[in-house]
Amino acid sequence: MLGSLWLIPVLCLAGAVVNLGLGIGRARKDLITFVGVGSVGAAMVIAFVGLWQYLHQPIPVIVERYFTWISAGAFTIDASLQLDPLSAVMVAFVTFVGFLIHVYSIGYMHDETDAGYARYFAYLNLFMFSMLLLVLGSNLPVLFVGWEGVGLCSYLLIGYYYEKDWCAAAGKKAFIVNRIGDLGFLLAIFATFAVFGTAEFTEIFPTAASHPAQYATAATIIGLLLFVGAIGKSAQIPLYVWLPDAMAGPTPVSALIHAATMVTAGVYMVARCNVLFRLSPTAMLVVAIVGGVTAIFAATIGLVQNDIKKVLAYSTVSQLGYMFLGAGVGAFIAAIFHVVMHAFFKACLFLGSGSVIHACGGEQDMRKMGGLKRYMPTTYWTFLVATLAIAGIPIFAGFFSKDEILAKAFAAGAGDLNGFGSLYYVLWFLALAGALLTAFYMFRVVYLTFFGEFRGGEEAEHHLHESPRSMTMPLVVLGVLSIFGGFVGFPGQLFHKTGWNIIEHFLHPVILPIGVDTHVIAAEVPHAEHAVSFGMEWLLVGLSVGIALLGIGLAYRFYRGPNAFERPRKLAEHLPFFYKLLFDKYWMDEIYDALIIKPIHWFCIFCWRVIDVLIIDTIFVNGTAFVVELTGDLLRFLQTGNVRNYALSVALGILALAVILW
Amino acid sequence: MNPAELVAIPYTWVLALSAVLFAIGTVGVLLRRNGIAIFLSLEIMLNSANLAFAAFAFRFAAGHSTAAAALNGQIFIFFVIAVAAAEAAVGLALFIALYRLKETIDVDRVNILRW
Repeated sequence: MLGSLWLIPVLCLAGAVVNLGLGIGRARKDLITFVGVGSVGAAMVIAFVGLWQYLHQPIPVIVERYFTWISAGAFTIDASLQLDPLSAVMVAFVTFVGFLIHVYSIGYMHDETDAGYARYFAYLNLFMFSMLLLVLGSNLPVLFVGWEGVGLCSYLLIGYYYEKDWCAAAGKKAFIVNRIGDLGFLLAIFATFAVFGTAEFTEIFPTAASHPAQYATAATIIGLLLFVGAIGKSAQIPLYVWLPDAMAGPTPVSALIHAATMVTAGVYMVARCNVLFRLSPTAMLVVAIVGGVTAIFAATIGLVQNDIKKVLAYSTVSQLGYMFLGAGVGAFIAAIFHVVMHAFFKACLFLGSGSVIHACGGEQDMRKMGGLKRYMPTTYWTFLVATLAIAGIPIFAGFFSKDEILAKAFAAGAGDLNGFGSLYYVLWFLALAGALLTAFYMFRVVYLTFFGEFRGGEEAEHHLHESPRSMTMPLVVLGVLSIFGGFVGFPGQLFHKTGWNIIEHFLHPVILPIGVDTHVIAAEVPHAEHAVSFGMEWLLVGLSVGIALLGIGLAYRFYRGPNAFERPRKLAEHLPFFYKLLFDKYWMDEIYDALIIKPIHWFCIFCWRVIDVLIIDTIFVNGTAFVVELTGDLLRFLQTGNVRNYALSVALGILALAVILW
Repeated sequence: MNPAELVAIPYTWVLALSAVLFAIGTVGVLLRRNGIAIFLSLEIMLNSANLAFAAFAFRFAAGHSTAAAALNGQIFIFFVIAVAAAEAAVGLALFIALYRLKETIDVDRVNILRW
């Protein structure tokens, strides 16, 4: 409900607090479920009622201030939330997908102990609170609180099975890698305060947009620093390494945090700060390059992984790369569109994989699956639909969003955006190649998991079963959205229609016009000229559909048709180096270990052995005591015990004093 | 009787006497070994200081009509005497205790409190 936006996140926080208490009080599971799922459900209802009201009133941006959070002289930060088209879209899908995944968790986590179950839902609710704070915050510090909150919950949930060492280590890795990005984000906030004197979105962006020349340098610095934060949170090169390891957490967590919502926070933040990025061609180019390279880089690793969740994890990194590529070519709306569509189909894929893992008794290796189509039809169909969506087959959700990003990347090349036209062409080509790989590796997963014969042994085959209702229902809902969701961003320009692209129309006010005093003019600004001709657009659509079909065909020949499994094995034997390169993930973890972790480790040992033990402990602390003791040892011989010596000292002292004072 | 009519001893002479007494006392403290003798020398030093106080009191009282100004220095003498009396009480008690223990008050033989 408008006027009480705070209710949306705070309900989730209340759920978290109550569930922590219930966990300590050893409450029963149904009560925990009621609190955990109910609080998010209530938040979702309130959010949708608020959005309904929002759509029926003329003010484009609503800022609700609750109290002054920090106040020091002229420097103030309010605890305030903001509802504008961008946060409206984010809140809608975060609460919706979040709610579905909470429902799914009821079935998935059912075998946990009561205390573990309560802890799980408490963390998940806390995550929802942080994520909603992140998307609703009306200034950078509030956004940052949410940003750190989701990072904390990510850490807690990755390490949910903390009694296993590798899960705890994965949680730590995620947290530490994110710290590197967060440093950049913090510096960006400081820089924003230094340049603009405020961190309120509604004050920074109009100011920057109406004086583009004045703020160009500042925008480059702030934009690049913000992007460092986004790289960490959204798992882009070079800080993507934590996301594949994050799969150690429960699968619904992977779906909610590491696919649908948290990892897209970086894209949201870049889209939120689009004015600053657009003022800086350098920052835009960096965003596009990192996104484009990550998109294909992660996709290549995904080709050869055998762990079903690992493939999906690399796929997520790759898809996030597409979103940043979209942002980097100025297609911020397309990027957000892809965020939402990706949330639908990737959450569906992860929940589907969770359903599969659940049925296979915790097995994640696809080599020990196969033929599951017969045993779990609902999971199969929803997984297939989501796979078609991510592969970019027309009418499915991912087709519209990914194709729009590809088209905008091509248009950036054709329109010679900021004079880097040829570079953007290269990025477009990389993204197109990535789309081929995406279609291939996703259908590889489908064929390995659901087709052929079951390879997990007879014992496991007996236990195969379709998952319970609470798990299949969210799958079906997400599956339906993966089919039809994309129509909110229907590319009307292909049919010479305007107004068909609902999401673009809705989000348009978020993209402030540059060089116009928006404080005065809030009217519509003419769209940029299309650099790509009508025929060319259709050609591009055809190209990406063809590429997707080619990928699916290749996957079929490799893993389904006659001589399946022979071909990939032979190919791996022919190109052993490349296979090893991809299978071992470019040895990135090993390279980081050798280049960064080991030197830091050595440096720490140096600090310990040399600086702490030798210099501080031995020289300063014990050295001081040694000097004092030595001095005392020498001076004690003055203590003769003879009264007349002392008297002589006193007399000489007085004499000396008299001479000095003379 | 008017003090101005008297031919007073110049106060510098008194100070000189005080200095001589002080020096005698100091030498006595440094050279004597008998505890009581050291003590007596110390009393001489204190009283030389008293003499100096009296001399200065006489010198600086000239020209001042109030009694307070004239008495400033002399009052100090009484403080010193009081301190000296207290010190004598404590010091003599110490020497008696020392004699009981060591059967001597030769300070050179009382030197075990050292390194």
